[in-house]
Amino acid sequence: MLVFILRRMLQALVVMLSVAFIAFMLFQYVGDPVNNLLGQDATEEQRSALRKDLGLDRAFPVQFARFVVNAAQGEFGISLRQGRKVSTLIAECLPATLELALVAAFIALVFGIPLGVYAALRRGRATAQLLMTGTLFGVSLPNFVIGILLIWIFAVELKWLPSFGRGEVVALGAWTSGLLTRDGLLHLVLPAVTLSAFQLTLIMRLVRAEMLEVLRTDYIRFARARGLTDRSVYFGHALKNTLVPVITITGLQLGSLIAFAIITEQVFQWPGMGLLFIQAVQFADIPVMAAYLCLISLIFVVINLGVDLLYFAVDPRLRVEGKAH
Amino acid sequence: MAADADPKPTLSASALRGFFDGDVWHSFRSSPMAVGAALVALVCMVCALLAELVAPHNPFDLATLELMDSLKPPAWLEGGERKFLLGTDGQGRDILSALMYGTRISLLVGVASVLLSIAIGVTLGLLAGFVGGRVDAFIMRVCDVMLSFPSILVALMISGVGRSLFPQAPDALAFVVLVLAIALTGWVQYARTVRGSTLVERHKEYVQAARVIGVGSLRIMRRHVLPNVLGPVLVLATIQVASAIITEATLSFLGVGVPVTSPSLGTLIRNGNDTLFSGEWWITAWPSLTLVLITLSVNLLGDWLRDALNPRLR
Repeated sequence: MLVFILRRMLQALVVMLSVAFIAFMLFQYVGDPVNNLLGQDATEEQRSALRKDLGLDRAFPVQFARFVVNAAQGEFGISLRQGRKVSTLIAECLPATLELALVAAFIALVFGIPLGVYAALRRGRATAQLLMTGTLFGVSLPNFVIGILLIWIFAVELKWLPSFGRGEVVALGAWTSGLLTRDGLLHLVLPAVTLSAFQLTLIMRLVRAEMLEVLRTDYIRFARARGLTDRSVYFGHALKNTLVPVITITGLQLGSLIAFAIITEQVFQWPGMGLLFIQAVQFADIPVMAAYLCLISLIFVVINLGVDLLYFAVDPRLRVEGKAH
Repeated sequence: MAADADPKPTLSASALRGFFDGDVWHSFRSSPMAVGAALVALVCMVCALLAELVAPHNPFDLATLELMDSLKPPAWLEGGERKFLLGTDGQGRDILSALMYGTRISLLVGVASVLLSIAIGVTLGLLAGFVGGRVDAFIMRVCDVMLSFPSILVALMISGVGRSLFPQAPDALAFVVLVLAIALTGWVQYARTVRGSTLVERHKEYVQAARVIGVGSLRIMRRHVLPNVLGPVLVLATIQVASAIITEATLSFLGVGVPVTSPSLGTLIRNGNDTLFSGEWWITAWPSLTLVLITLSVNLLGDWLRDALNPRLR
């Protein structure tokens, strides 16, 4: 048990260090910080003084160690494009992305589970067949095409919903929320639906498959034999057992939602981390890129580690296997 | 003896006849979905590869562009011209022609990156399965890590890093970075599949026999094991072409994909997206539709191929 956890943690640490190394190499080989700070006409003494100040004259491992220590404290320097601290920029954009991702996950669950149950119970009927064909589109349509399609229909032709930005937001301390105003909620609809489309189809297909599996088991037949109503059999007994994998997958997919938000944010000009990153890439704004690289990797590593440990806690078989090795 | 004198053509002819008489061809013909998907894919491919011959205009020939022709709607709408079947964009380029040239770039990038990821993935998978031990453990750990990140994110990172490393890169290098970015996210699937089959093949008698007569490990891997593990790779490659095309389109849409001088489908969608609000829907709708058609048909073909080649499902 302890060995397993330690090994996983070590692996996570190695991944984070390699990502940090890539980010560090970006700083090293793209652009010269001394030139950026002093400009072209600084004298050689000024340059070497600054170089010493910044620790750029030290050995390579020492510089890397300093970078890692700074990064661990959220310190990535100053954005080359906006001239502000990277940590402030990220802190400003983080609420927008997290809200978008959480609302998208919520939509995917709230619509995906009932639709999946429906498709399983009405298997073979025309409506269920239509739903399953629909999910095929949800999987094959690229995320940004769905977004453009929704903008075209609901913003350009029907003019029902806004398609640009976050709308009116309320500041709650350091956090800004668009969930509390009507305008903010309206702005959230199209991006959240776009982002949830893929996860929704995924959850729907998963629930359908699990439901079909469970409905074949003996205890369902027994529940029917006891004369329970359809409703109680389907929702009281069957659905409960399909939800364990659904919850795991949703947890794992939360990271993907944050990653895919890059695309959705670009389509809807949503002022989140993804948009910040894409603009940083286009302007070669290294500090922002490096910070995003490290942050998103951290999110993924933490989620994966959490799910692994959760599995371990939930499934006793894994513990036995771990001992055998 | 007459047949022996010229064995090669007879061999390939009989192989061809075997293919047409065989199960795979039969299953193909009896699946309308597969035939339809193959037709769509074929039409797109022919149009893309023969763009110079088929396209009504050359969108890159600046001399033939006229601003008078800009933003024309499709031919059947009011204000449309028969010359421009699907309309024109803001610079007066014919959308249909731009689509053909764009599809070619999308397909080229997609196929090139899949080939590269097959090369990387099959090599590493063979090595991991055949050598085993620490090599295997290391390669599989790397695979685990790669799989825990979504492929689009990894591609975006590599392409972003590549771009900032070579900001003034010539177009050819930009393509290399792009293909590399997509290929480096796709190889994991091949490596895992090939490793799995190699683990099975490694213990079979023909491998032991080859070893007994003194064939070297490298040669056994290349000449004996490799042909036997390529089957699943073929199915995987078909589906991966679709996802590689989507990844390329997404990167180009985000502005970190192909260079602007050679627009792919994603670039066309990005360009059209800007004019969507002024009512010119056709500039972005046609490339989007083409992209969806191509990926959908390739996916359907891949699904069919997987079922057709899997004897357990027959």
